[in-house]
Amino acid sequence: MITAEQLWLIPLLPLLAAGLGALTPRRGLAVASGAAIAGLVGSFIVSCLALRTALAHPAEHAAYNFTWFALGDGAVRLGWLLDPLTAFMCVMVTFVGSLIFIFSLGYMKEDPNAARFFCFLSLFAAAMLGILISNSLLSLFVSWELVGLASYLLIGFWFHKPEAAAAAKKAFITTRIGDLGFLLGLVWLYDATGTLLLFDNGAGALEAPALGGMAAQVAMFGLPVTTGIGLLLFCGAVGKSGQFPLHVWLPDAMEGPTPVSALIHAATMVAAGVFLIARIYPLMAADLVMEAAPIHALTVVAFIGAITALMGAVIAVAQNDIKRILAFSTVSQLGYMMLAIGVGSWTAAIFHLLTHAFFKALLFLGAGSVIHAAHHEQDIRRLGGLKGHMKATFGTFAIGMMALAGVPFVFSGFWSKEAILHAAHEWDVSHLPLYAGLCAVVLTAFYMTRLMAETFFGKARTEEASHAHENSAVMTVPLVLLAICSILLGFLGTPAHPWLQSQLLGAEVEAHGIFEGAGLMILSIVLVGGGIGLGWFIYGRNLRAMATDKDPLERASPGLIAFLGKRLMFDELYAATAGRLNTFGAAFSDFMDRQVWGGLVNFTGRFGLFSGWFSRDTDEGGLNGGFDAGSAGLRGSGKFYSRRQSGDAHGYLRTVALGFVVLVIAVMLGGGW
Amino acid sequence: MNPLQLCLVLSALLFSVGLGAALSRSHAILVLLGVELMLNAANLNFIAFWRYGPPTAPADGILFVIFSIAVAAAEAAVGLALVIAIYRHQKNIRLQEASKLKG
Amino acid sequence: MSSLPLLSLIILVPWAGALLLAFLGKASAAAAHGLALLFSFSTLALGLVALAGFDPAVTGPQFSESHTWIRALNVRYHLGLDGMSLLLVLLTGLVSPAALLAAWKNDRDPALFGALFLLLQGAALGVFLALDFFPWFLFWELSLVPAYFLIRLWGGPGGTAAAYQFVVYTIGGSAFMLLGFAALFGTAGTMDFGELAALAAKGEIARLLPGIAGTAVFVGVLLGLAVKVPLFPFHSWLPATYAEAPAGATMFLTGIMSKMGVYGFLRILWPIFPDHLHAAAPCLIWLALGGVVFGAWAAMRQTDIKRMMAYSSVNHLAYCLLALFAVSYATGRDGLTGEAAGAALAGTLLQMFNHGLSAAALFFALGVIEERAGGKRGIANFGGVRTAAPVFAGLCGVALFSSLGLPGLNGFVGEFLIFRGAWGLHPVATSVATLGLLGTALFLLTFWQRVFHGPARGAGIGFADVTGRERLVLALLAALMLLFGVLPGLLTKLFNPLVTAWAGHLTLP
Repeated sequence: MITAEQLWLIPLLPLLAAGLGALTPRRGLAVASGAAIAGLVGSFIVSCLALRTALAHPAEHAAYNFTWFALGDGAVRLGWLLDPLTAFMCVMVTFVGSLIFIFSLGYMKEDPNAARFFCFLSLFAAAMLGILISNSLLSLFVSWELVGLASYLLIGFWFHKPEAAAAAKKAFITTRIGDLGFLLGLVWLYDATGTLLLFDNGAGALEAPALGGMAAQVAMFGLPVTTGIGLLLFCGAVGKSGQFPLHVWLPDAMEGPTPVSALIHAATMVAAGVFLIARIYPLMAADLVMEAAPIHALTVVAFIGAITALMGAVIAVAQNDIKRILAFSTVSQLGYMMLAIGVGSWTAAIFHLLTHAFFKALLFLGAGSVIHAAHHEQDIRRLGGLKGHMKATFGTFAIGMMALAGVPFVFSGFWSKEAILHAAHEWDVSHLPLYAGLCAVVLTAFYMTRLMAETFFGKARTEEASHAHENSAVMTVPLVLLAICSILLGFLGTPAHPWLQSQLLGAEVEAHGIFEGAGLMILSIVLVGGGIGLGWFIYGRNLRAMATDKDPLERASPGLIAFLGKRLMFDELYAATAGRLNTFGAAFSDFMDRQVWGGLVNFTGRFGLFSGWFSRDTDEGGLNGGFDAGSAGLRGSGKFYSRRQSGDAHGYLRTVALGFVVLVIAVMLGGGW
Repeated sequence: MNPLQLCLVLSALLFSVGLGAALSRSHAILVLLGVELMLNAANLNFIAFWRYGPPTAPADGILFVIFSIAVAAAEAAVGLALVIAIYRHQKNIRLQEASKLKG
Repeated sequence: MSSLPLLSLIILVPWAGALLLAFLGKASAAAAHGLALLFSFSTLALGLVALAGFDPAVTGPQFSESHTWIRALNVRYHLGLDGMSLLLVLLTGLVSPAALLAAWKNDRDPALFGALFLLLQGAALGVFLALDFFPWFLFWELSLVPAYFLIRLWGGPGGTAAAYQFVVYTIGGSAFMLLGFAALFGTAGTMDFGELAALAAKGEIARLLPGIAGTAVFVGVLLGLAVKVPLFPFHSWLPATYAEAPAGATMFLTGIMSKMGVYGFLRILWPIFPDHLHAAAPCLIWLALGGVVFGAWAAMRQTDIKRMMAYSSVNHLAYCLLALFAVSYATGRDGLTGEAAGAALAGTLLQMFNHGLSAAALFFALGVIEERAGGKRGIANFGGVRTAAPVFAGLCGVALFSSLGLPGLNGFVGEFLIFRGAWGLHPVATSVATLGLLGTALFLLTFWQRVFHGPARGAGIGFADVTGRERLVLALLAALMLLFGVLPGLLTKLFNPLVTAWAGHLTLP
């Protein structure tokens, strides 16, 4: 059995693998990859054991806390936490991660730096698991940033490509903007409660005494303290989970190798934001008791999620890069999860997070398989006809697509999405998020159908596509396993038997009958069907013949599609505002430094020099005439006397004698005798 | 004339002879000899004043003289060394020509 | 403990080395380098001896040495070591040998270089150990002389002008400080820091120097310290100086000498002028913020990589001052507990140490880059260095991310504690200060991207990977960064009681 005290084993194994990978020379791919896979599989086993422990007492938050270092009269403490949320997440991350690691063996085998790649992957896994097991927001933040670092290294893995280097930087900076909010929320929480531990036998920040204490305080503008803290912490989640308005880094991050996209930008890291908000849900929800508060933290979360869900889906419609379509679909799905938390059902969010992790990893790995087979061709317009060449990839990809689109009953995505829509329907503040979610359902089904049709159906439209053939088993077996999970996982949380939700919540969730939410379910089934049908009607019926053919939608409305293709011009907007402001600030600071601050100093220096000149001139011209004359006389006499220094010893002696005689005479005249 | 005055006259004569030698000869060794004569004139004065002058501590005058002789010996050594150095430099010891050190 | 005057030894052994090297004159370069390094290591060795005998629970000075020096002026040769001093002595012991190793390739009069460097090292140690203003000020000014010659003689093309500006500016600042202390001595009759602080705590200083006189003295001392740190906007000497100085000297300048200023703030200004500092804090906080934000912004604009990193020093040290000013600002507030102030002050001390390590490592790496590129420092002269030199890039990356405040490396803990403390004392300033964190990340990663990533360009083509010496220095520094990032308790336990005591007496006289 694994208890909370031994949880550190879970991140430690990948961390050791990362250390080993960092120390092996570049040739040692076998060592590095072996260690990475063994480490992660090892922590998968530990995670399963931990899950068993957690499920024995699902309502319990078993925490193990320890002192990091002493500070003042107290100490900064960290801790591990074991509850079903942690355990489920750990199992998911280690399982999906292991499959992705194995897939990478095939995908990266020709890369000269592959050993380094596995080192970074392990580092990432360790940091991600660190987030999951943390019982302290501080160690969570530490792992959070390390995840950002690993993501930076992996996105920029092909750093010799300028685009990859730029994308890595963009990802790091954009998420860091959110992290600054996180940091401020952290220090505020620390200041308000005196602890960053989540659970600490009643003294933790998420436990009733601390929350009660904070709920009584009002920060500013009538905003409760917990709302302020919650929203600041949410900033971190917005950055990491690619929520509007900080989603811009996620599509660019697709410059990294595809397994990275699958691991980081689909299954795990981007879900960390959702996990964080689910983890601190009691804090986020603490202000709900204050009816008078001008705004509730969860309301903001719900609307941000809704906007993100809709926006991601809309933009995905007009993308042509297979990975970018999936990236925007990820943005959209993460929006769903946030929406779910916002409307009060964090268990639905985690359910969707888990199912999404499997099917999105499947989709990305499928895309990776396609890209690998088609010699790094990623443009769906230049693919086509892969159905015949790559049967395993096609079959699994189709399962993933149907899970994502929410094809009913069999596929996991349907059930988790249903849970979210149901929760949104129950929310009594506003139904706008529900409508946004429903729109996104149609769009998701539509763009995924387009993706399938363009990539797999019809004829190969380029050389690369026509020469594609199925990859080796090391790449297809993970696909098959993920596909199986994408189907089975849905049955953990059906409305008729919400086992997963009950376990997460630690309390029995009442199963609602088939007919209770049936209206909504039928509506969404119709919408999914409509989306797929529309997609097939537009793209599947008359498949494009040439890679250069115009998109049917583009023919209909070129302006709109171009606008969507440019991702609603967010990058341009930010470049024109924040970017400009930043450039201006930099130029201003530099100018101030060189001209004003430096100038003031130089002016002071010049002034000193000037006063020096001034006093010299007055001295020389005015005061020193007499002095100069005196000096001239002195110089003349000096010359006269120096002439007496003849060097003739006799001369000197004579002078001495003369002086002696004069002295004697003077003494005699003075009457000494 | 009492003995003190006699001694002083002798000493004055001795001093004058020394001074004359020092001033008139160009040979450096002879100049040194003159200087030694003047020193000894001074020594004679010390003895005379000690012996015939107002009473002082026992052996004061002798001590002065012995001290002065020791200094004179040292001075002679240095002087001779300088003379030799001058000789090495200009191949004679004529004082008129030894004027290189003037400022 | 033995009765050896340990603290005097810490100061004098490097000076003895300097003397030896000065007489050595014509010895071979290797011997001169080796000897200088040996003597430079003495600080670390003696610092560890001090550490072994150090009792963290005692908050006053330990290993004290006190002798009357000039009776008429009541000047004492008074040395003492507390947690803060020990931390900085150890930092000096770590950075100095690394800085000398950075100058290992210097073959222009290495004996003189070593002698000047050791002289500088001893003077800096004196500043950290002296407890009487008179010797303290001697050490303080003495450090300028070798620094001037190091920059002037071994610096880049603009070295002469930079050294001149550096020295004149700093002396200009300390002239005011000297005047201030002369006035203080004239009224209080002592220059011992401990006695002055005790007087100040009783409100005596305010009584002796009432009104404008006290303010003038305070401003004088403030100016002297502010130039040294430097506090925005007295920093304009810094970029040129750091950029033009040879790598070893820059490492010492940023690693140690900038700490002298912060140390002065904590040792002198804050204890002796608590009420003046409290009154000035609302303004000073914004100056510190100016350093945080404008420092980071100005760095983005630089095209010279050393100038860029120089600005990062302005930015990092401003956090230290921000924390101190926030503490002073909140002093005397109702219901203030020592918790936030203690965190802020502990963060300041940690930040001093950590910045010393990571900035030294960064400038070491920049020195390597400059040397490989034949003196070129433009950011446009490089590209793709990581492809050619992966090990160098990895080690340099550790220093970079430490400077950026990545958790897990040392830089984070100090910054976190500063933010944690400052938030409770001045939330608005703390929020604005996060802009500096963002800016730092932005310009450091831009630097990294332009120089290390992308296709090989300019001097990045055929960039040789680390030599054994460079690997040793960078790897050791990186290991220390990791160590202190994971186990900050190793450092905090040295000064935690001291800081707790400071934070426990936050009252105005």
